[in-house]
Amino acid sequence: MTARPPLPDGFVAIVKRDCPTCELVQPVLVQLADAAALVAVVTQDDPDFPDLSGAGSTPERRFDDDLAISYLWDIETVPTLLRIEDGEEVERIVGWERASWEQLTGTPGLGPDLPEWRPGCGSLSVDPSRSDELAARFSASGLRSRRVRFAELEDEFEAMWDRGWSDGLPVVPPTEARVARMLTGTTRTPDDVVAVVPPDLVECTVEKVAVNAVLAGCLPEHLPVVLSALEAACTREFNMHGLLATTFFSGPVLVVNGPIRHRIGMNSGVNALGQGNRANATIGRALQLVVRNVGGGLPGGVDRATLGSPGKVGFCFAEDEEGSPFTPLSVARGLDPGTDAVTLFAGHGPTAIIDQRSREPESLTRSFAAVLRANAHPKLPLKIDAMLVISPEHGRIYREAGWSREQLMERLGELLLLDSDELVQGAGGIAEGIPEAFAGLQLPKFREGGLLVCHAGGGAGLFSAVLGGWVNGEEGSDPVTVPIRS
Amino acid sequence: MTTVLDPTAERRIAERARLERPRSLEGKVVGLLDITKPRGDVFLDRLEDGLRRRGVADVVRFAKPTYTKPAPVDLRHEISTKCDLVIEALAD
Repeated sequence: MTARPPLPDGFVAIVKRDCPTCELVQPVLVQLADAAALVAVVTQDDPDFPDLSGAGSTPERRFDDDLAISYLWDIETVPTLLRIEDGEEVERIVGWERASWEQLTGTPGLGPDLPEWRPGCGSLSVDPSRSDELAARFSASGLRSRRVRFAELEDEFEAMWDRGWSDGLPVVPPTEARVARMLTGTTRTPDDVVAVVPPDLVECTVEKVAVNAVLAGCLPEHLPVVLSALEAACTREFNMHGLLATTFFSGPVLVVNGPIRHRIGMNSGVNALGQGNRANATIGRALQLVVRNVGGGLPGGVDRATLGSPGKVGFCFAEDEEGSPFTPLSVARGLDPGTDAVTLFAGHGPTAIIDQRSREPESLTRSFAAVLRANAHPKLPLKIDAMLVISPEHGRIYREAGWSREQLMERLGELLLLDSDELVQGAGGIAEGIPEAFAGLQLPKFREGGLLVCHAGGGAGLFSAVLGGWVNGEEGSDPVTVPIRS
Repeated sequence: MTTVLDPTAERRIAERARLERPRSLEGKVVGLLDITKPRGDVFLDRLEDGLRRRGVADVVRFAKPTYTKPAPVDLRHEISTKCDLVIEALAD
């Protein structure tokens, strides 16, 4: 933070010409200068204002054209009258109110022709068009990232692309003002380390996350989700390194629960898994840009995906908790109801489930099981997780029948108990499968906890979705749910 | 001029990396780009003679439509596909 420009001891007025109340109090300032009480006048917009030519003493005139005095002395309203002692502010009043001006200055009979009271105007230092730039100018010394100056003729968007900072889509230039504004979205301090980011195992600060959140197009209120998602991604359980490096399709899928979904305008409704919502689109992208830029994880570098998937640009959505027949995903995963939370799942997709005929949970659950059985390969059990996203029209069938999440999971577990004779290598004329030694068993398609269920989507459409997962457990990734910390 | 904060781990220099310079001209196709200022061609003719004597595979001549504007994208693309390196000559 820049040091405050010193002000002299005594009364100091901060004014601007473009303020009717400041115009109004001009004669009062002359009176105070006459009484030698006013030692300085700070003017924001016009060095010739106010006119003190008739005054008996000449206060110091300060033209605050760069607003350093106003910003660093926290002036929010003009006129402000400060009383300074030993270089420190001891009292201030804002706007015009005769009684308080007389009391503060000990000068009776101020502005006899003026009304008793007039509110002040906004200080230029809090003008929305100036405040970000001022915040950056006066607090940017606290930002530690290297400054990169583009050349005069360099197109800034091309320049960022050339430096490898983009996932292929345009990124927003992370200027000091934008990064400073982004950091207002969190109470964490900029140099706090959030996580050690793979593949280069770099300690990543809140500030670096903020820089990448700017690139991604986030708003400041999105930042807490990005920070918490990064913490979750960089756990040993989630294994972001392996997920990045794999030849498989998957990337981090983020599901957000809790009141924050509404506060930051996330989409859990129409086209929830698709494009068009800023929070959904940019939060997932910001996480991936941190992995790319801070972690050094580049496609063709450590990222060895054979085909990849479009969700690797960013895959984030909110659960429709209010319309759900079931407990929220975050609660099913152990957090208290009402907690802001993000769940990370190593996945891709979606794969469609059409069922426009079922009107009973049993029939619909059988449809779900039939599609889930094919997750990754119909003959491969246990090793690959999945997330089932149930739409409102399908969810209604469970609600009307009074089914709970636990009932659904239990029935799916029964329906997805597979006869291993059908799964062994060669069975069904397909070489892929499990070793012959496992013949003669009943094997679950999903390991315990390997099937996640949530609720999202628009109100019309008897369709749900499977998001296929990656290898689970020690070899791969376990889903991770964390509370979102502001 | 825009100043931005580096979003990376800052393990590499912030400037764009230059392409590696060729160690020798032997066997290379060299483009000579005339910016079309007067007598630039005289200089480039001498350069072409010199390059051919030094064993380059070929010398290909190009010219900008006008020296007052950057080379059009099609011309830049053509040079990049036909040549290993390019020498741009300014003359006056």
